[in-house]
Amino acid sequence: MELDEFVLKVEAEIEDLEPGTLTADKDYREIEQWSSMYALILIAMIDTEFDVTLTGEDLKKTLTLRDLHTTIKSRL
Amino acid sequence: MEAYIDCISEFFPEKTYCNEDFFNEFPQLKSKEASLLKIGVSNRHVVDPTTTSLDLAVNAAHKLFEEHKVNPEDIDFVIFCSLEFDYALPSSAAVFQNKLGLSNNVGAIDIVSSCTGFVHALSLAKGMVESNERKNVLLLFPSTLSKTFHKNDYNSKFIFGDGATAVLIKERNEPSIGQFVFGTDGDRADYIIIKDGGARNPINELSFKEDENEYGNITCRANFFMNGTGVFLFGLKTIPKLVNDILTKNNTKLEDIDFFVFHQANAFLLEAIRKKIDAPQEKFIIAMDQTGNTVASSIPLALNSLMKEGKLKTGHKVMFAAFGTGLTWGGTIVKI
Repeated sequence: MELDEFVLKVEAEIEDLEPGTLTADKDYREIEQWSSMYALILIAMIDTEFDVTLTGEDLKKTLTLRDLHTTIKSRL
Repeated sequence: MEAYIDCISEFFPEKTYCNEDFFNEFPQLKSKEASLLKIGVSNRHVVDPTTTSLDLAVNAAHKLFEEHKVNPEDIDFVIFCSLEFDYALPSSAAVFQNKLGLSNNVGAIDIVSSCTGFVHALSLAKGMVESNERKNVLLLFPSTLSKTFHKNDYNSKFIFGDGATAVLIKERNEPSIGQFVFGTDGDRADYIIIKDGGARNPINELSFKEDENEYGNITCRANFFMNGTGVFLFGLKTIPKLVNDILTKNNTKLEDIDFFVFHQANAFLLEAIRKKIDAPQEKFIIAMDQTGNTVASSIPLALNSLMKEGKLKTGHKVMFAAFGTGLTWGGTIVKI
């Protein structure tokens, strides 16, 4: 899955989000809806889509969805 | 003789704490409502400070005797399974015997187990009945976990609810309770823990020092702590394998299971597990909307929801899978 598609996929997982709110280089934790539950939702989505299991620590080390995508690709 | 689950009764404290109450208490979380709702809880019961786990268990047992016409004199063993106890000693089970007026010939023990508690207790009861030692084993699963929460631990206040179930295990000729699979990983004991207040770490001045995580959730060493992400990953990775192990040990195929009744930890996690094991939605029970995660009672409550709706028929196969503090996990298949 390429970066653009990944960003759209993450955006779709987060409800109440205007399309285009998330970009590859935005700090995804800055969006108002961000919560610990969305961290779990992201981990589950990445596990399903990529068969890559990220930990809470892995998420903490990323700032943007580009960072996250790079981390996932390095584990494939 | 073979052991089987004869009947279940439920008891909840009167006071409720609905999502409106939650967002009134934590208005700063309103913007995160959509994600919190994915946990699958709208309402939960909460004990008042003077009510104990023993009180809940006594009420649940009274209901069992009344609703199912159980003669208290027939009970010959009591297993009181909880994380909270009235005294450091003696056991709550011993005090329970007197409060219920049970025979002096009854055996009574406490077991300390949380979300895996129902599976642990069921396996013990099965052993007692099938070794022809006991005929009527009463299992009690009271939870007053809310008493252990820090006042600003919003995650725990949203997820968990208090309550109790009483479950009677009896004997019959037909086999019912299958082979068990268990697991334990004490290396992750600190994933769900109350660090201070036991023998290892007595309460001290640091026990009440507030610890805020990256999402603004607050707890302290004297209160309940759960590493939510760690437990989520544990569930996601361990339970699909547990399901396979239970099927193999019981020589059963996934498609032969009529209902999957798993520990009601979090509806979103359960749905992720359901997709991983490829279980049909209509057979996979999610029943925590009005109670929250009730710890060891969550499986009996979900099973009882099927019984009350008349969905369980003789011969149905039900898989139980539970996981929690320890970390521990376990499960089996029961033929109704």
